Amino acid sequence: MKVTFPHMGTMSIPVKSMLEELGLEVVVPPPITKRTLDLGVKHSPEFACLPLKMNVGNYIEALEQGADTILMGGGVGPCRFGYYGEVQEEILEGLGYDFEMIILEPLQGDWKELFRTIKLLVGNIAITKIRSAWQKGWAKAKAVDKINRLANQTRPYLLKRSQASEVYEEGLELIEQAETIKDVETKLSLIEEEFNNLDRNKNFEPLKVGLVGEIYVVLEPFTNLQIEKKLGEMGVLVDKSIYLTDWIEGHIFPSFLRQDQKGKKVKEAAQPYLNHFVGGHGLESVGETVLYSQKGYDGVIQLFPFTCMPEIIAESILPTVSRDLNLPVLSLTMDEHTGEAGYVTRLEAFIDLLKRKRRKEVVI
Amino acid sequence: MKAYMGVDVGSVSTNIAIINQDQEILEKLYLRTQGQPINAIKKGLMEIKDRVDYEISGVGTTGSARQLAGVIIGADTVKNEITAHAVAASTVVPGVQTVLEIGGQDSKIIVLRDGVVVDFGMNTVCAAGTGSFLDQQASRLNIPIEEFGGLALQANAPVRIAGRCSVFAESDMIHKQQLGHNVEDIIAGLSQALVKNYLNNVGQGKEILGPVIFQGGVAANDGIKEAFEKELGLEVIVPEYYDVMGAIGSAVLAQEAVNEKGRTDFKGFDTTDFNYYASSFECEGCSNYCEVINIYQDDEVIARWGSKCPKWEAV
Repeated sequence: MKVTFPHMGTMSIPVKSMLEELGLEVVVPPPITKRTLDLGVKHSPEFACLPLKMNVGNYIEALEQGADTILMGGGVGPCRFGYYGEVQEEILEGLGYDFEMIILEPLQGDWKELFRTIKLLVGNIAITKIRSAWQKGWAKAKAVDKINRLANQTRPYLLKRSQASEVYEEGLELIEQAETIKDVETKLSLIEEEFNNLDRNKNFEPLKVGLVGEIYVVLEPFTNLQIEKKLGEMGVLVDKSIYLTDWIEGHIFPSFLRQDQKGKKVKEAAQPYLNHFVGGHGLESVGETVLYSQKGYDGVIQLFPFTCMPEIIAESILPTVSRDLNLPVLSLTMDEHTGEAGYVTRLEAFIDLLKRKRRKEVVI
Repeated sequence: MKAYMGVDVGSVSTNIAIINQDQEILEKLYLRTQGQPINAIKKGLMEIKDRVDYEISGVGTTGSARQLAGVIIGADTVKNEITAHAVAASTVVPGVQTVLEIGGQDSKIIVLRDGVVVDFGMNTVCAAGTGSFLDQQASRLNIPIEEFGGLALQANAPVRIAGRCSVFAESDMIHKQQLGHNVEDIIAGLSQALVKNYLNNVGQGKEILGPVIFQGGVAANDGIKEAFEKELGLEVIVPEYYDVMGAIGSAVLAQEAVNEKGRTDFKGFDTTDFNYYASSFECEGCSNYCEVINIYQDDEVIARWGSKCPKWEAV
């Protein structure tokens, strides 16, 4: 059995490590390129959203490399994501591929279902083995998220801003290669040190921008045209409201294991504007925008794939939030376009707006 | 006298404006880009060169070909068109709170408060609220675009035309024509459809307060101006230099930039003597197959862009 799974940002690093620890042979899909996008667009329904198409592209490229089992997440609620696995399975079957699709449904308190899925994958396996695989994967997931945060927090201050991405890319490789949890920790402090050693611009107060929106396009740089890097190199401190590990803690961990009450805080913050679940991350986009305002951010950018229903709801609410809190918000719809000129124009104009707003506030 | 030049190279037109230190407009030029930005820039510079005897102390570029223009001219500032339009609007009409801008391929709304941009919107995938929509319908009706606005004002009972999508609008319009409605009423209906589409699409969720100014090529159309006034219930001002506002803003930004750095990078009008051309190739370094573009001045590469990775960054 050769297992594969879709890309989403740096997710492949922890997932690969976890699956290998479970004794599986893993085929990581080749990095996302235009070819992935072309394959996905060609074989997916036109009206489906970008993440579905990217997944299909990933699967095809992985199947070409010999994968025979696809691992995919499932879901419940109003977002179409819950059906992706099934739809994708049918698309690939229609194309004549021979493979097995295993869909991991969210727990919803039912651990038995999870064990059944794991059994499908690895047969009878000691529970301690599952635990150690999880722990290793989790350590790597935490580590890649941490260095992503570090890169974003360091980049705007650097004399040579492109160095942040260099250290970050290098760091991802180191974490990927780490053999043990201990090794992950050693590598992590090595990378931290490297970030600290970069030459910084003193007396520089960067603008601060928060990213909210649909998880896939926020986490996958190919689909958001490298927004973190673009903004960072314009001298902006970027913070993502969603990280893979946060999402897992919030959605998969039973509540007593959650380290912070972030989910609850977000809901409370969104309350005056939206007080129930609308699918996907619609509620979070509203709540996180309010939280960014409380944390003194200069602006918020909402990213979502074209036709994403939960985010369209958030998009229609955000102008009110923006006005109430005097916090500029820019909504950007991502689709299969790869032309960057129009995108950069909007980002630049938004940053200009924030700069001039801050300058004016300083004068007052 | 010190003068500053702004160059706005858009998809449809290439505009140049020259201002003095007090930000008064000295010269303006409006040319069609005709899909050849390099030629348009050269032609524009040559034309304006004969008209000016001032020393150009700073140059700014804007518009979708701003980078290209910046490299050829030696710009002191290369700024996006949203910022440039906003700067021009608040220079020309101090205290302006809303800018409606409709160009050939794109349309935007800019919301200012106390001279500072606080919000903006720009059309994304839909062209039904832009000049090209009007162009298309005008040619369909066989009426020169210049007469369009005047005819709309003569309408007695504008017909309702679906404005959500230019394709739907066209079929709706044809049906109304076949029923026998007169041309003036149809044109007025089209203008209203465009305005409604613009307000629903670009203006969605924006707080539109007066003074409102309307600029960009489509502002020449009185029918659209009137439709805006009716729909908004506000007076809409079309500034004298409505068609070169991007260039004016860019010139103002150039003045700011030069004041800050104390010199200009302007290559001079003689830059038009060189031969500029572009060539592109597909990089085969990875499966992204980036289309990399080289910009040449005579035989020397002076700029390069289009790649995702730093491989081709150095010139």
